[in-house]
Amino acid sequence: MNGMVDGMLAGLILLGGAFVLIGSWGLVRLPTTMERLHGPTKATTLGLGSLLLASVGYALARHGIWSAHELLIALFLFITAPISANMIAKVHLHRARTDPSHEPTGIAGPPPGIGEGDWATFAGARGETEAGEVVSVVEEDDAR
Amino acid sequence: MMRWLLPHPALSAMLLVVWLLMANAVTVGGVVLGAVVGVVLPKFTEPFWPDRPRVRFGRALAGYVCIVLYDIVVANFQVARLILFRRNRDLRSRWLTIPIALTTPEAVTVLAGTISLTPGTVSADISADGRHLLVHALDVADPDAEVARIKARYEARLLRVFA
Repeated sequence: MNGMVDGMLAGLILLGGAFVLIGSWGLVRLPTTMERLHGPTKATTLGLGSLLLASVGYALARHGIWSAHELLIALFLFITAPISANMIAKVHLHRARTDPSHEPTGIAGPPPGIGEGDWATFAGARGETEAGEVVSVVEEDDAR
Repeated sequence: MMRWLLPHPALSAMLLVVWLLMANAVTVGGVVLGAVVGVVLPKFTEPFWPDRPRVRFGRALAGYVCIVLYDIVVANFQVARLILFRRNRDLRSRWLTIPIALTTPEAVTVLAGTISLTPGTVSADISADGRHLLVHALDVADPDAEVARIKARYEARLLRVFA
């Protein structure tokens, strides 16, 4: 097996490992919840991407197989990562409003208000959103 | 008849492709099973997406994907630099309120996901009336300029994809 391919794969693995490590380090060193969210959800997209690319390259160079599972891992990761980040951000919003003494607001300060209305996560708690209507529709269906 | 059988052709095609990728081989049996999954799943989940928007699968979507991938790579290096070398008290974290012109839930979801995936910004919430996104930025010098950049770079392109 030629050394150049080995070198490239090793480079990709090192790059990926470095980014995952930096993301984890960000989780440790940034001050509060919202800043910390940026570390692991972000630096890891490229980090994991490099590792998966190295995995594809290794299967191809060593065994001559096109491996597609890495593509699926990347796809699922790209779909799920923003959702988990969004969930953590919402928990932060709720805790910042209900119990400010235990949830530091961070560098950005408290989240801004929005004119007449409110952010959706708070509106849902009062039972005024479409979710309530959907529930009632389901109940009607059951009754029929 | 085709409409009834395939209410969501794009989803059916995607399920078939994902199925084949999962099997990691293109065989007759795999294609048949994937096609069955691609027909049955959209049919059963039809009630969950009543007013789905039309998506233009073409140059607009391909261009959007390329730009997002490019931004992810570039911004990864920027966030890595912030984490390694910027002191906490010099970080300019800000909340951004982004007015959005996109109306369908699908389009807004893609925009919010893009904002979360490109490093440096996380979308936290949407306003109850669906007209504003709440975004947290790790380090911005000028919040208004950042809002304008996101609107011009991502939203304007999405408006063309979700016509």
